[in-house]
Amino acid sequence: MAFELPKLDYAYNALEPHFDAMTMEIHHSKHHAAYTNNLNAALEGTADANLTIEALMANVSKRSVAVRNNGGGFYNHNLFWKVIGPNSGGKPSGDLLAAIEKNFGSFDAFKDEFSKAAATRFGSGWAWLVKQADGKLVVSSTPNQDNPLMDLAEVKGTPILGLDVWEHAYYLKYQNRRPDYIQSFWNVVNWNEVAARLKA
Amino acid sequence: MTFKLPDLPYTLDALEPNISKKTFEFHYAKHHQAYVTNLNNLIPGTEFENADLETIVKKADGPIFNNGAQVWNHTFFFLSFSPNGGGKPTGALAAAIDNTFGSFEKFKEAFSQAAATLFGSGWAWLVKKADGSLEIIKEGNAGNPLRNGLTPILTCDVWEHAYYLDYQNKRPDYIQNFWNVIDWNVVGNRY
Repeated sequence: MAFELPKLDYAYNALEPHFDAMTMEIHHSKHHAAYTNNLNAALEGTADANLTIEALMANVSKRSVAVRNNGGGFYNHNLFWKVIGPNSGGKPSGDLLAAIEKNFGSFDAFKDEFSKAAATRFGSGWAWLVKQADGKLVVSSTPNQDNPLMDLAEVKGTPILGLDVWEHAYYLKYQNRRPDYIQSFWNVVNWNEVAARLKA
Repeated sequence: MTFKLPDLPYTLDALEPNISKKTFEFHYAKHHQAYVTNLNNLIPGTEFENADLETIVKKADGPIFNNGAQVWNHTFFFLSFSPNGGGKPTGALAAAIDNTFGSFEKFKEAFSQAAATLFGSGWAWLVKKADGSLEIIKEGNAGNPLRNGLTPILTCDVWEHAYYLDYQNKRPDYIQNFWNVIDWNVVGNRY
């Protein structure tokens, strides 16, 4: 089974002015599409071609670099488009807010830690909010297209929120000002989706 | 010592249309400048306070290495260009390229391939080994061949900030036009 580029639940311009339409279009229809195509090409004709993306990630250290890079790129962007959206932002509520407060002290303390992880990732990569096997929430960051599902990740678990800090995610609008992009990200976080991923 | 952003031997719009003025305004005046400023802020009170840049590139780790090597890499990169660039190398470098790669065209293809396939942020390098032969290598993020005892001859910055305003996701187009601005006199003298 070949992986498919998912359709977005919203239009490319739906996250304006925080994320601009041109960035969204290139990011989804070019970058994400390329990871999807390259992943399918890397798997074609191999025994791994029938595995789920999660199964591929779980022992990615035994697979090719192409599967690691493009499988990560495919999974990470799938998650990213879901945890952002229009009419979003603000604060989480309910169980998610309670879990964040329990693990980080307060929502603002969590936001600071996550923003710092995103700002200080040198080069290309991602910042994550991760649910660990024991239920604990932690902030981490990974280089390039690695993610916390990967057996080779320093911090392992299930990502429930992710922020892409590859320059392609923000350069057309924010250029060298990554911190401004990170600040804008908080206006488009879909907390309902993050809460659903915490429960899953 | 205090480091300074180097002057460029051309104006910021001089490499149009291959590399735009807008790209230079960010890449040189913002990114390169930030690495210089960060480095100057990081080294006081460390063993690198009085070190030259090459020592920092060879010996430092963490943020001091990242910023120091990015200062070195960008200076080396920007000083490889000329508005009258392009064409082919001559003399000893041309002979060494023919020796190692078979022809200039084959070298160009291999170097372009290395630059296109480096995953994430980083640099493609043409380096000289101790025996005078050449090699193409890829280095992630701030990586620099001096750390492995190699002599850098040419480099291509493939961090997305180097080309995203002009080429977006089309990194191969950026690499193709990179060849139009190389000053082979400068690059040849490094060999």
